[in-house]
Amino acid sequence: MNLSGISPEVLIAALMVASTPILLAAIGELVVEKAGVLNLGVEGMMIFGAICGFAVAVETGSPALGFLGAAAGAAALSMLFGVLTQFLLSNQVATGLALTLFGLGLSALVGQGYVGVTPPAMAKLDLGPLGDIPFFGRVLFGHDAMVYLSLALVAAVWMFLNRSRAGLILRAVGESHDAAHALGYRVVAIRLGAIAFGGACAGLGGAYLSLIRVPQWTEGMTAGAGWIALAIVVFASWRPWRVLLGAYLFGGVTVLQLNLQAAGLAVPVEYLSMSPYVVTILVLVVMSSGRGRAALNAPASLGRVFHATT
Amino acid sequence: MIRLERRPEPSRAWTAATPILAVALTMLAGGALFAALGKDPVAAIRTIFWDPLFNEQFAAYSRPQLLVKAGPLILIAIGLSLGFRAGVWNIGAEGQYIIGAICGAGVALALYPAESALIFPAMVLAGALGGFLWAMIPAILKTRFNTNEILVSLLLVYVAEQLLASMALGAMRNPEGGGFPGSRNLQQYPSAHNPELLANTGMHWGVVAAFLAVIGAYVLLNRHITGFHIRLAGEAPKAARFAGVRPNALVVFCFGVSGALAGLAGLFEVSGPSGQISIDFNVGYGFTAIIVAFLGRLHPLGILLAGLLMALTYIGGELAQFMLGLPAAAIQAFQGMLLFFLLAVDVLTNYRVRLGRGEVAR
Repeated sequence: MNLSGISPEVLIAALMVASTPILLAAIGELVVEKAGVLNLGVEGMMIFGAICGFAVAVETGSPALGFLGAAAGAAALSMLFGVLTQFLLSNQVATGLALTLFGLGLSALVGQGYVGVTPPAMAKLDLGPLGDIPFFGRVLFGHDAMVYLSLALVAAVWMFLNRSRAGLILRAVGESHDAAHALGYRVVAIRLGAIAFGGACAGLGGAYLSLIRVPQWTEGMTAGAGWIALAIVVFASWRPWRVLLGAYLFGGVTVLQLNLQAAGLAVPVEYLSMSPYVVTILVLVVMSSGRGRAALNAPASLGRVFHATT
Repeated sequence: MIRLERRPEPSRAWTAATPILAVALTMLAGGALFAALGKDPVAAIRTIFWDPLFNEQFAAYSRPQLLVKAGPLILIAIGLSLGFRAGVWNIGAEGQYIIGAICGAGVALALYPAESALIFPAMVLAGALGGFLWAMIPAILKTRFNTNEILVSLLLVYVAEQLLASMALGAMRNPEGGGFPGSRNLQQYPSAHNPELLANTGMHWGVVAAFLAVIGAYVLLNRHITGFHIRLAGEAPKAARFAGVRPNALVVFCFGVSGALAGLAGLFEVSGPSGQISIDFNVGYGFTAIIVAFLGRLHPLGILLAGLLMALTYIGGELAQFMLGLPAAAIQAFQGMLLFFLLAVDVLTNYRVRLGRGEVAR
């Protein structure tokens, strides 16, 4: 085994890239759950975003348009969930599962003609002299625009939820939809907006996988990333900055195990490949066991059906 | 303006009618999807739903396949339905299915080439136990640490898939297989083989187990206190607590039963129709079974019918792939669509649709 081939700066830079898809999906789902909706369809929306973004980028030759297409496509798919849960009052757990199953099938269908195609490359953002700083230049300033956008999104969501009136209303809807309704807030409209935002973010995350991280289209390529994003929201106990921490932690494990695979560690590849999932489960256990602190912070109306009787 | 008014109790007529309505709507939407793909929608629907059973050319092959495909779906869905009724969400049946197959096949491969009538029963036990133990991970984490069982059971599917790959490439690889991945074929090991019991029917021990599970679940839900507790916990959680239902015991019970049944389904598949542990052994029965459970209204007899219908879409889908060049993914999307429509029309069971403006609130 040769560990000297693993350099910390490459490792950290790769970590940021590996975390970005999950960070995008998780920060979107955070907003959805803060509005009191549990959308288990993240995996389905992510993979649909991955193929939408891929198809648009290949057809137009522009990765930026691809990301827009991914956000729009996944948001449109999330509206299926929105209509079912908000207007037809269906069970959110079951509907989220349906969204995942449908998204996986639909994306495979759309993606048939795109197997083996190489997408147009996205240019790294040129930050001028910043990129030449030793160590930090490589780690922090040598990425594509989406990495910075995902970080900006975390900050924006934090600002929105904690420092804006609209964010306060969204949280009120998530804590007690009946009270928010009685105060005259439009619970269903606010929730639909949150679901669409969550869908768009999941779509961006998926497109980041198919356009930059991999970059290729294969069926089922998200491989559970959407579920890990859901787990990270719980890990973060519904706080935006902790979502960032969770996503980077997960990205770290992923990158480390990939590097250990490459270095030829004397453990079968399959056991290294399962480590991100095992670590996610362990982290979930630790977070939820601490006298239910994480559970206490969960939005009180999470997953409950809202039916205005008056 | 359209309003929804909650029914005092779910409508019985709509409970029975909604699955049929959902299937009809799915056929319409699916036909539109197939037309968008440039296929004749009527021919596609007929190839999927009619030809496997009644077309003289294909029926001889397709009819037995119906039970082969429906067996695991029904077996898994029966287990899942118990949990879904009680609000216990085991969505990792795919993983329990894989582990059941690995454990069952492991017993057979360890004893190869000994012949004994006890080997197959031992495999059945090992398969059920494997699925049971794999399901106990989310169940115990839920009851001990209050960890979300949906996420844990689902994440364990990916762990199980990696374990399967490791087994197919390493520990269980056929030493006489010329280096190809995959275990020995259990179909060629008489003591471990799960054969077709009646020629040309597709009936094997897994299908028998599925029928027994349907009967067992029916008796449990209608005649046994545990079944009553399951229904109570799902329909009225607060009343359940007063009635002395222990939520933790219920979680363990529901996960245990569904895990063991999924493990059995995996064992019967690996020892019968599939024959060997290979990387692509699992084909998504554990996830399709979720659709089957809901399509069957979480009722044992409904699940029996839903399992057969879903098996038909698998077989018909393969036929449509072969005859019309319909992509395999189209069937997957079609099955997902069915669950959507089912959940959408379910509103009619629990709510009355009223037209016109509502009365002024009092």
